Amino acid sequence: MSISSTEITQNGLWKNNVALVQLLGLCPLLAVTSTTINGIGLGIATLVTLFLSNILVSLIRDVVRQEVRLPVFVLIIASIVTIIELVMKAWFYELYLVLGIFIPLIVTNCSIIGRAEGFASKNTVAASALDGFMMGLGFLIVLTILGLIREIFGFGTIFANAELMFGEGARDFQITLNADYEGFLLAILPPGAFFGLALLIVGKNLIEDRILSTTKAVTTEPITT
Amino acid sequence: MSLNSSPFIKPSASTNRLMFNVLLALVPGTLAYLWFFGVGILVNILFSVIFALLLESLVLVLRKRPLKPYLGDYSAVVTAWLFALCIPMHSPWWLIATGIFFAMIAGKHLYGGLGFNPFNPAMVGYVVVLISFPKEMTTWFLPTQISGDSLNLMQAFSYSLGLLDTSQWDALTSATPLDQYKTGLGLNLTISEIRQSPVFGDFAGVGWEWIANWWFIGGLYMLFTKTIRWHIPVSMILGLLIPAFLFYVINPDSVASPGFHLFSGGLMLGAFFIATDPVSSSTTTQGRLIYGFMIGVLIYIIRYWGGYPDGVAFAVLLANMAVPLIDYYTQPRTFGVNPPDDHG
Repeated sequence: MSISSTEITQNGLWKNNVALVQLLGLCPLLAVTSTTINGIGLGIATLVTLFLSNILVSLIRDVVRQEVRLPVFVLIIASIVTIIELVMKAWFYELYLVLGIFIPLIVTNCSIIGRAEGFASKNTVAASALDGFMMGLGFLIVLTILGLIREIFGFGTIFANAELMFGEGARDFQITLNADYEGFLLAILPPGAFFGLALLIVGKNLIEDRILSTTKAVTTEPITT
Repeated sequence: MSLNSSPFIKPSASTNRLMFNVLLALVPGTLAYLWFFGVGILVNILFSVIFALLLESLVLVLRKRPLKPYLGDYSAVVTAWLFALCIPMHSPWWLIATGIFFAMIAGKHLYGGLGFNPFNPAMVGYVVVLISFPKEMTTWFLPTQISGDSLNLMQAFSYSLGLLDTSQWDALTSATPLDQYKTGLGLNLTISEIRQSPVFGDFAGVGWEWIANWWFIGGLYMLFTKTIRWHIPVSMILGLLIPAFLFYVINPDSVASPGFHLFSGGLMLGAFFIATDPVSSSTTTQGRLIYGFMIGVLIYIIRYWGGYPDGVAFAVLLANMAVPLIDYYTQPRTFGVNPPDDHG
């Protein structure tokens, strides 16, 4: 079975998006997206993990016996996450403190083992690498948008605390939309994450319906005329 | 003698009639509120009702439903009115708008509109603003007989619209009696020390206890017109009074008296007007008793151990969640089917 790279890209970013369609990895998604920067930070960490784990799993797919594949996958993913955790501790210590437990918890993110089992263990290294990257990118985009929405409603800012990720120079990245805004706590609290994600899924389904109805209209036109 | 076929008893209750009775029953308590706390409550109610009707029309247009029957059944007005009574007086307009938005949209129409909402819409809106805007939601104005001053209608409007400098009115605000209890007990004060504060009256807070009385009278009116049944209010009050009495007997120095609990916060309003919502409350006789008792106990638990001074809204929402289960287990036996012996 071979799958074209455009298809992999489409699947990862839209059709089979980890967060919006598969609804996997919701625990970190809902927990850390209280600001844009937090969302991007966790998104990048997940993307790197997915990318590396897909490559490694694909590399060893012919060597590992069926019976022990899941423990092996988990070991690979856990090692990668440990590396990422140490890297973040070394270079992004403040962001690491903010994201806290959710960095080691990437191990339990279902989307990663899901891609390892569902895709990487059956496909070539190149295809798996692309799949890991695109799935991770799709997840990163959703995390960023959700973080953006919650930050705007919750604090009235965009890119607050950017220095956690991009160094001291990024301190001015913060855009304050309205200095008098007193904040809407619900958006920061867990219910805000549920509302935000639900709205994003609604948005995606709406766009899909639009596309579907326009393509349908085009195909049915020759019949009616 | 003329013969008619069944049904012989014509149902007199329509949504319209029911909701109008609720509104009528709310009037005495609202007037008492007006008397003790000033005109701010009118501004609250006006803003809430306007927002509620606007949002209701908007959703009805979006859902392609006819406007008149839905707007005319007063259900949106009742929700808005109850919400307005729960929030502090002189709340900013955007707080009211947010609360009403969540009450009408998230609490009611997303579930399919009136009759399909599992939660009490007014309480959904209230809890959203309570959690989201702690500063605004703890700014309560003192009763006028303590502060000796209140805003006039024009000032109240500008205050809500944010056009008035609020700093000169800060002296008129204070924590609610329930809040003072919570803070005082946290500081290891005894009840008699806490009650030194001028906000306390005979049972509960000055003003508050009388408003609670008038809610009770409005509730009696609803009982007599059969708008509500007695099960939920009675079991809810018992649910609060039993634990309150037990704890008070054990330790009268550091626990509020049952009388205080009865006349404080949202208990009376909740027991007669909020918990009895026909849509989101239990529908069986036995279930109503369980549902009301559960709310009462939960209110006591939240007031005594919880982080918030009052817990009527949370208790009602939690009990709303349990309603499907309560209804499932309290279905009355269908006559002639499954006699008890077969049931085991």
